[in-house]
Amino acid sequence: MFAWELLAEAVLFGLLVGCFYAAVSVGLSISLGLLDVPQVAHPAFLVVGSYGTYLLGRHGWDPLLAGIALAPVFFVVGILVYRFYYETFEKRGEDTGVRGLAFFFGIAFIVEVLLILAFGVDQRSVDAPYIGASVALGDVRIPIRLLVAFGTALLLTGGLALYLAKTFTGRAIKAVAQDGVALRLMGANPVRIKQWAFGIATGVTAIAGAMLIVVGPVDPNLDRVYIGRTFCVVVLAGLGSMGGTLVAGLVLGVTESIVLTMFGASWAPAVAFGLLLLMLGVRPQGLFGR
Amino acid sequence: MSPRLKSYWVGAAAVVALGILAVATVRNEYFFFASYIVLQFVVLATAWNILGGYAGYVNFGTGAFFGAGVYTAVVLINLFGAPLLVQILAAAAVSGTLGFATGMLTLRLRGIFYSIATVAVAIIIETLIVNWRYVGGSTGIQILRPPVMPPFESYTKMLFLAMVLLAVAATAIARFIETSWIGRGLRAIRDSEIAAEGCGVPTLKLKLFACTVSGALMGAAGAPLAMYQSFIEPVSAFSLNYSVSALAMPMIGGTSHWIGPVIGAILLGSIQQIVMVTISNEINVLVVGVLLVLFVVGAPSGIVGLARALMRKRVGRKAA
Repeated sequence: MFAWELLAEAVLFGLLVGCFYAAVSVGLSISLGLLDVPQVAHPAFLVVGSYGTYLLGRHGWDPLLAGIALAPVFFVVGILVYRFYYETFEKRGEDTGVRGLAFFFGIAFIVEVLLILAFGVDQRSVDAPYIGASVALGDVRIPIRLLVAFGTALLLTGGLALYLAKTFTGRAIKAVAQDGVALRLMGANPVRIKQWAFGIATGVTAIAGAMLIVVGPVDPNLDRVYIGRTFCVVVLAGLGSMGGTLVAGLVLGVTESIVLTMFGASWAPAVAFGLLLLMLGVRPQGLFGR
Repeated sequence: MSPRLKSYWVGAAAVVALGILAVATVRNEYFFFASYIVLQFVVLATAWNILGGYAGYVNFGTGAFFGAGVYTAVVLINLFGAPLLVQILAAAAVSGTLGFATGMLTLRLRGIFYSIATVAVAIIIETLIVNWRYVGGSTGIQILRPPVMPPFESYTKMLFLAMVLLAVAATAIARFIETSWIGRGLRAIRDSEIAAEGCGVPTLKLKLFACTVSGALMGAAGAPLAMYQSFIEPVSAFSLNYSVSALAMPMIGGTSHWIGPVIGAILLGSIQQIVMVTISNEINVLVVGVLLVLFVVGAPSGIVGLARALMRKRVGRKAA
């Protein structure tokens, strides 16, 4: 007999995790989707956020608080990274694609190795009252850490969507995504807006990284798994769409959870990449792309 | 035959002769052990450069094509103890097909999406292998090597010489592509795909051709690893470290000339061998990453570009 209850449980967990997947991807959705920066190092930054949370956690910080405290630091780092990227690649124009990609790919590897050298390859985790506990929903026990990640993710994605839609700067960021030259003609400076936006994209990655270590233990190589998940979500969503990012995260979460339940954990790594390839082949503009 | 082509083949023949001489005279097994890896990277870097350097399509998934080659050899050895040449040809065919398929799937996509798609291909194939019992699954597989063939004293020497020939073949192919109309077409694609298409360059066919050749060479480079290591497991065979090395070496050597990847591979490959033996594997990846970023930022045309600039300066001084 087909185990409907098992499937329902898989879907429920998929929805919770999916929202979290959306949150770890919003940073990339801005940097790649809106700003057209090949931010392949995004998952590496995410894991750095987790390790930062781990360090603060050892001094008694709550993981979520740690993530929020790290966000301004990441914001500044993001601004510096974009500034550097702009001066060395975007401004000169020639062959930006290949060199920009190689640059961020190299950064990702450097970050990963530095994390290995600093923390070793062992898994690290944090402590908080809500990690380890769970609530019962009928026969299903839902870990509270997943609910915390779910709630934070919802707030983060929703907040960013509002920011981009309602505020002046948010609209400017959307404008620069549509037509940088036109924006320059209006007297605004696209580089400064992009720099600000890249800072925000990197800043929210710190909070997402804090949730990453709340959801489960992290190790320095985790960024390789999240290359698949984050890019899958961003491509599935259609570049730069915040609402789309949420839906795409849910689609990935549910699909992964079902595959995990039905076929076993050894197939899970291929789910995100499989969805990504399928989307790239069939509908590269994404579910909600123009 | 033009004088440049003639001097290329004289050089290639000299390299092969040196390889044979080394096998005949050098006693130290480690020399062949290390040289094999460096030569393997010469093939990988050259293969990467055909697509990445000439056409501007950045492959992050070298491990996919390399690993597919390794496992093609594993399957063939398991099935009927296929000889090395058959393994290499079959691996090239499999990885070439894989390259073609990846190209087909991502033809309409801009730079970064091709790159991410190649990572996806790497992970998906790795997952398939992990779940495939016949080739050992995630625990890996021990290869039963037949006794080594007479003229060679050891496997390492035989595989070393095979890799010398593969490296020469790979550079010959890269050089042919670079100097022919195919190379001109690929460079046009790199500079502006739309403009190239408008000028009547068959961009689609050229891209697919480059994807296929590049993939096939990576697969060929992977095939001998099965016998070289005699133990194969998926995580190391599909490692992203192959991807970053195969990308860094041409970027460091210079992507515009076939010699660039060769210089980059020999330089970085040798450094890697030294660092791995003396310090650690982690520092090894760090060196690759740091050198890659330094060159991409500071010397975008690589060592070849630096050398050219130096020569131009000298010529200029003489003229003045």
